Amino acid sequence: MKHPWAVRIGVVLIAVTLAILPFALAQVGTAWVRITNYAVLYILLALGLNIVVGFAGLLDLGYIAFYAVGAYTYALLASPQFGLHLPFWIILPIGAAVAAFFGVVLGAPTLKLRGDYLAIVTLGFGEIIRIVLNNLSRPVNITNGPQGIGGIDPFRVGEFSLASPQEMFGLDVSGPIKYYYLLLAVLIAVILVNLRLQNSRIGRAWEAIREDEIAARASGINTTNIKLLAFAMGATFGGVAGGMFSAIQSFISPESFVLVESVMVLSMVVLGGMGNIWGVVLGALLLSFVPEILRWTVEPAQMALFGRMLIEPEVIRMLLFGLALVLVMLFRPAGLLPSAVRQRELTARGQGELTERST
Amino acid sequence: MDTFLQQLVNGLTAGSVYAVVALGYTMVYGIIQLINFAHGEVVMIGAMVAFTMINLLAPAGMPALAVLLIGTGCAIPVCMLVGYSMERFAYRPLRGAPRLAPLITAIGISIILQHLALLVWSRNVLAFPQIIESRTYMFGGTAITNVQVAIIAICFAMMAGLALLVYRTPLGTAMRATAQNPQVAGLMGIDTNRVIAVTFIVGAALGAVAGVLFGTYYGVAQYTMGSILGLKAFSAAVLGGIGNIPGAMLGGLLLGVVEALGAGYIGDITDLCHYGVFAGTLEACKDGGNFVLAGSNYQDVFSFLVLILVLVFRPQGLLGERVGDRA
Amino acid sequence: MNLLEGRGIGKRFGGVQALSDVSFSIAEGEVFGLIGPNGAGKTTLFNVLTGIYPPDKGGFAFNGRALDGLKAHQVAVAGIARTFQNIRLFANLSSIENVMIGRHARTRAGVWGAILRTRRTLEEEDGIERRALELLDFVGIRARANAPAGSLPYGDQRRLEIARALAIEPKLLALDEPAAGMNATERVALGKLIQAIRASGVTVLLIEHDVRLVMNVCDRVLVLDYGEKIAEGRPAEVQSDARVIEAYLGRPRAA
Repeated sequence: MKHPWAVRIGVVLIAVTLAILPFALAQVGTAWVRITNYAVLYILLALGLNIVVGFAGLLDLGYIAFYAVGAYTYALLASPQFGLHLPFWIILPIGAAVAAFFGVVLGAPTLKLRGDYLAIVTLGFGEIIRIVLNNLSRPVNITNGPQGIGGIDPFRVGEFSLASPQEMFGLDVSGPIKYYYLLLAVLIAVILVNLRLQNSRIGRAWEAIREDEIAARASGINTTNIKLLAFAMGATFGGVAGGMFSAIQSFISPESFVLVESVMVLSMVVLGGMGNIWGVVLGALLLSFVPEILRWTVEPAQMALFGRMLIEPEVIRMLLFGLALVLVMLFRPAGLLPSAVRQRELTARGQGELTERST
Repeated sequence: MDTFLQQLVNGLTAGSVYAVVALGYTMVYGIIQLINFAHGEVVMIGAMVAFTMINLLAPAGMPALAVLLIGTGCAIPVCMLVGYSMERFAYRPLRGAPRLAPLITAIGISIILQHLALLVWSRNVLAFPQIIESRTYMFGGTAITNVQVAIIAICFAMMAGLALLVYRTPLGTAMRATAQNPQVAGLMGIDTNRVIAVTFIVGAALGAVAGVLFGTYYGVAQYTMGSILGLKAFSAAVLGGIGNIPGAMLGGLLLGVVEALGAGYIGDITDLCHYGVFAGTLEACKDGGNFVLAGSNYQDVFSFLVLILVLVFRPQGLLGERVGDRA
Repeated sequence: MNLLEGRGIGKRFGGVQALSDVSFSIAEGEVFGLIGPNGAGKTTLFNVLTGIYPPDKGGFAFNGRALDGLKAHQVAVAGIARTFQNIRLFANLSSIENVMIGRHARTRAGVWGAILRTRRTLEEEDGIERRALELLDFVGIRARANAPAGSLPYGDQRRLEIARALAIEPKLLALDEPAAGMNATERVALGKLIQAIRASGVTVLLIEHDVRLVMNVCDRVLVLDYGEKIAEGRPAEVQSDARVIEAYLGRPRAA
């Protein structure tokens, strides 16, 4: 390490910034704290998907289904829908387990498929789950259909609820600020878990499968089980994030789990740098914050220039998003912070046997 | 039986449209192994452009046929341009890249096109003006309208035209050769770039007409119509065998029929009250009520299920896939 | 003691009978050659023995246990490791990572071990890395431990693939045309490596076209032609077998 002191100072600076961030943002508006919280949720999703797509090389276009499963599991167990109000520390592991189960069930049929077909089948599964959630209000009302489930319990420990504002240590701590710290803690844990997974026997097995599945099998790797493990782990992270999403937003509906969301999370992974944990974090941050900053600036700018909204920020956001996807694939396909392995993979295009993608 | 035949007719109509759109997907996949996610949006653009023209001309009092022809005539070049541009500027540079890159690009283009359409036409639904005199022909208990007949006839004509192009012309032979082995085709003097561009253009033109037909049938066109239609048509292409042109035709018709029959009957099949075991015990079944597990609101699930089942159990499709060696 | 016994193996692909009624035995500790003209069915037999596809007829027993029909990774775990004719390395990973992946089947750390980094896991990881370095040393490419596998010179890539196969601790190492594309010096070195592998207690099965290498290194050979066995025995015996000569062997080839 060249400049250990620089690194240490940098880490301390980042830690301090992260610690005071919510209060700084709250000065601008509580909305920004909420935006940050959703950004962290997206980072969690992107990290989960990164296991499937980045580590194991399985192109999943329906990842949001696991988010949905986690969210609905929490909602069904902690809301007026069934009158159940289990505490979060019981529900989250249940949600994680249910999501992992779905990960295996949805992953199993895809194991023998090649790359694009895998993508399409996972896309299909994602949509099927959404449609089912949207329609499970008849004949028996399980999910309340398109109206969604409201009144979802926040995280609570005894009297201490994460949703209500209170005064702590002389500061005004709002609900979103409390959730921020929880999310930050979870994020740090998840990043750590991912780093350790990447650098382990399982992580290497995933890499082997991604590089050359036939050689991986010949090396004694049970590719079926290892692939299912990737799906299960990715799904677990998605499920946990989903549970937190339910509690934070206190209302969920199938609208939050549409195909565009799967594409969004995939884009965060791809744009940031598939396989590179920090790249993925960066990708998620960019794709979460840039649209919000856009909306913040574009709305008043258009009002000032034209006197009305010519183009809704939402449309601009999606146009830029689509353009970003195309441009990144053309000019920097390995992503903004490419992993060294991916960089090699993508710059040696079409050169000989060894680099051939035998998806 | 009447329901069956009626659903069959409806299914064939939708299916013919799916078939034509599926051709676009299957030709592109056959030649460069790319799932052109954006094809559905091309179809949508065709519908939107045509409807705009048609709504402009309708009040003028011209004959319906002329209005339709002009509308479609405007849509086709626009779609061809869109199809050509995406190939030339977004897909061609990625020819040698790993499969993920063009796939992501295709998704990106799909998003761009959808939102450009949103910009131009906003969220409004364009309605098809009342310029066609609808006539219904009855066969026993089954009704078929002149519009349905026209749609089926036009689609079959287009499919026949494409088959002629692909199997009886030098260009078609060049397309098939490039699909089988682009490197060798190039060595034989075929300009593969041009052939691939033509494939996109032809697919886009067909898609434009399909879009107009689809919009005419359902009476509306909107910027979102491309996604679901595209996914269904792609399912149809896979069902028939990706890369296989007769397969896409068969797959489209079959998917349309399965979807229509499914939507028609699934309410009955999953109505637990029809099964003795439940009829007696379920509260809802008393007084001739229903307890339907899955109604026709699950219609869209059919194409996904078909897609998944085919890919898992018979990935080469019904008629076998025609994908060449990826050089 | 026969390590591997093939009995009446048959395999058909569409209209082509790739293998018919092939029976042979490989003794423990020997270097066994599989030779024959192109298209004779050598790689097909290889693929059957390593679990790529099952035989249509017959089967084979490894260490007394019937292995036909097992999947590729199960065969590897049972003790048969292979290399590929076209070299299938994990090209974008480093050499040492390639070999470490070879240790997968003999190690156990799972998700919890990875996340919690228990002492047992850490010790196991240490062991994996040490063993990988040892193997890189054994095949002579330790200096390239951290280089991406795809950047290695061709001969070194072959050695790396062998090192990865050895990482599984196989009883039988199956090499598919290991000398292909090598020059004369490299071939001699390869021969020495094969001897060293045998000396370390691993039986070797190899497909090869290089007559000199086969003569020097193999204890016994099996000759296939058009999917059928036409001879089995010591190289010198086989070399003078009329049927074999007729098939292809025996014409002096410039080295």
